[in-house]
Amino acid sequence: MLPAVRQRWLEVSDLVGNPSSLHDSGRRVRRIVEEARESIAADLYTRPSAVIFTSGGTEADNLAVKGLFWAGEGAGSTGVISSAIEHHAVLDPVQWLAEHESAKVMWAPVDELGRIELAPIEARLALGDVALCTVMWANNEVGTVQPVGELARMCRAFGVPFHTDAVQVLGQLHMDLSELGATAVTISGHKVGGPFGVGALVIDPDVKPIPVLHGGGHEREVRSGTLDAAGISAFAVAVHESVMQQVHFASRVRLLRNELVMRVLDAVPSAHLNGDPDLQGNGRLPANAHFTFDGCEGDALLLLLDAAGVDCSTGSACTAGIPEPSHVLLAMGAEPQASRGSLRFSLGRDTTAADIDRLLDALPGAVERATRAGSVRSRA
Amino acid sequence: MKVLTAMSGGVDSSLAAARMVDAGHEVTGVHLALSKSASVPGSRGCCTLDDARDARRVADRLDIPFYVWDLSEQFAVDVMENFLDEYRHGNTPNPCLRCNERIKFLALLDRALALGFDAVATGHYAIVSDGPYGKELHRAVDPQKDQSYVLGVLEGWQLEHSLFPLGGDLKEQVRAEAEWRGLMTARKPDSHDICFIPDGDTAAFLRRRLGEQPGEVIDVTTGAVIAEHDGAFGFTIGQRRGLDLRVPADDGRPRYVVDIDVHSHRVFVGPPALLDIDQIIGIRPTWTNQALTDQPKACTAQVRAHGEPVAATARFDGEHLIVELQQAIRGLANGQAVVLYEGSRVLGSATVERTRRVVTS
Repeated sequence: MLPAVRQRWLEVSDLVGNPSSLHDSGRRVRRIVEEARESIAADLYTRPSAVIFTSGGTEADNLAVKGLFWAGEGAGSTGVISSAIEHHAVLDPVQWLAEHESAKVMWAPVDELGRIELAPIEARLALGDVALCTVMWANNEVGTVQPVGELARMCRAFGVPFHTDAVQVLGQLHMDLSELGATAVTISGHKVGGPFGVGALVIDPDVKPIPVLHGGGHEREVRSGTLDAAGISAFAVAVHESVMQQVHFASRVRLLRNELVMRVLDAVPSAHLNGDPDLQGNGRLPANAHFTFDGCEGDALLLLLDAAGVDCSTGSACTAGIPEPSHVLLAMGAEPQASRGSLRFSLGRDTTAADIDRLLDALPGAVERATRAGSVRSRA
Repeated sequence: MKVLTAMSGGVDSSLAAARMVDAGHEVTGVHLALSKSASVPGSRGCCTLDDARDARRVADRLDIPFYVWDLSEQFAVDVMENFLDEYRHGNTPNPCLRCNERIKFLALLDRALALGFDAVATGHYAIVSDGPYGKELHRAVDPQKDQSYVLGVLEGWQLEHSLFPLGGDLKEQVRAEAEWRGLMTARKPDSHDICFIPDGDTAAFLRRRLGEQPGEVIDVTTGAVIAEHDGAFGFTIGQRRGLDLRVPADDGRPRYVVDIDVHSHRVFVGPPALLDIDQIIGIRPTWTNQALTDQPKACTAQVRAHGEPVAATARFDGEHLIVELQQAIRGLANGQAVVLYEGSRVLGSATVERTRRVVTS
């Protein structure tokens, strides 16, 4: 957490009062929540009434996907357009709607860079009967930025609500939600140095999703649950800091990321960069580097780099902690085996050139070892 | 040393990991996910979701790095498919032994060595010591828990890199020490059964996987067909219970499964004397240190995980291990393993290909 964020969290956590109560102390806390809402709205170029606080990105995505689907279903539409590279917080609710409810899903294909193809989506929209289109702003694994502006325009033309998960984008790219024109946008605190467990769905106030959580109706009758004023207020500080720092952060981290990519490709012959190869352009998140190491065991590489003090990620793990082949790489056309030998390196505001030196000290040897571990299957 | 500890989530491997840390080794914990259906509730085997969590919590407590490795594909091929194949051929395999041979001390050990570890530690009850011809494998101190039989397939190079920190303990000491150390697995019940058959119903598992193959049950003394069955693999040599024979034997005495012919799907039952065997012919021998020769060697032979060892002589003719038993043993199925000992030391093992009956019908 950023120091200013922690400071705000501690200050507000001292206050007594439920923001939904009507007495004086409740009103004082309510004011803090509303100021946070206004602050976030201003930072993202939207209206305060659009900001609905949630327990994080997953809840916001569930509210958007299920809530907008149910609203559309009520109006007679059961089609859902999504992509095969969504985060599980979108992928799983969409799948759930297909398996348990009436949703008819089109999984829009992506190209080998992980970018969604627009033509099939436009063709599907033209057929009508679409309750919702949801495509992430940028992919969390390979960092490919999606043409969300085009998608929002297309959906608007057909009168279909468009949702985008922007958790990865906040603080990394310029975010102007009025210019974007999406119906609903998911953001979360923990990716921008804010507290874990706070996020928001920024949703057009004229659109009424069916609630997922029923109760007191605290947030515009769309989301129920007592508001965590300290978390929300600290979240707003984190959003503000990240938006104010975005241009500088993106430039600085892109420079470091590009150095990392060049040095890894140089030092490790079996390495391929996944995602958009244009390292200067806006088609790739500036802090993302994602490689496949041919013939290398991802589990083994993770262990070796972990031991060398480098935190990296092989994609998502199941409940038992088993790393699974990435659905994103599979959708981009990778073989399951290659997808297992893949790693993401994310850079942050604390990343320095010395960290990259440390990674490059450890990586070639680790890849070599993990490749040997990948090739020992079983002796006869 | 850099030690990789296989942590099943049970008390034994938990304590093994703790002792490796105490011994000053650089320890990493790994839980092997052996089954994709790891979250099946009610599983009692060694690979449930709860077990992965328990292993992780012990690793937290010991402050060691911990990973879950997915070896389910190798396990499916090397252990489960092999298990089914052996039954298809009328043999009765030992999957735990096979898992040690192919997964824990081959796939895992190979990977550990490739990653720069010096050894793999497990919670098995057995003792590794130095001998004139390299590492030796001995029976554990606790006769109830001794697992040298299921480790009897390990060869010298594997023993060089294997650590069994619990070989000198009694099980109750292990539990007491785990309790004293505050390991959350201290009171967990021991695992039984075959881990991929959580309900323990092997016959039902085989019927599901191999399909029904109806056939006749034949009394070897009379040659008469006395019953029908829906799969020969549901029977084991030496089985008496659950035969569901409607015709009593001529002498009124209980009958046992004495032979199974998987090709004709026929199951033969007869008097228990037909189960007595005094010679074992083994294939696929493994040697802890030195291979036996054609000269008969006095030893003891053990044919079950917790069976009594029997005095024997054994020789190896370059292809088959021939074990002459000094006293007959009853009901040994083909496909089982015979492990040879000299005193407490394991000499080697082989898979039972055929046996010689003391009396023939």
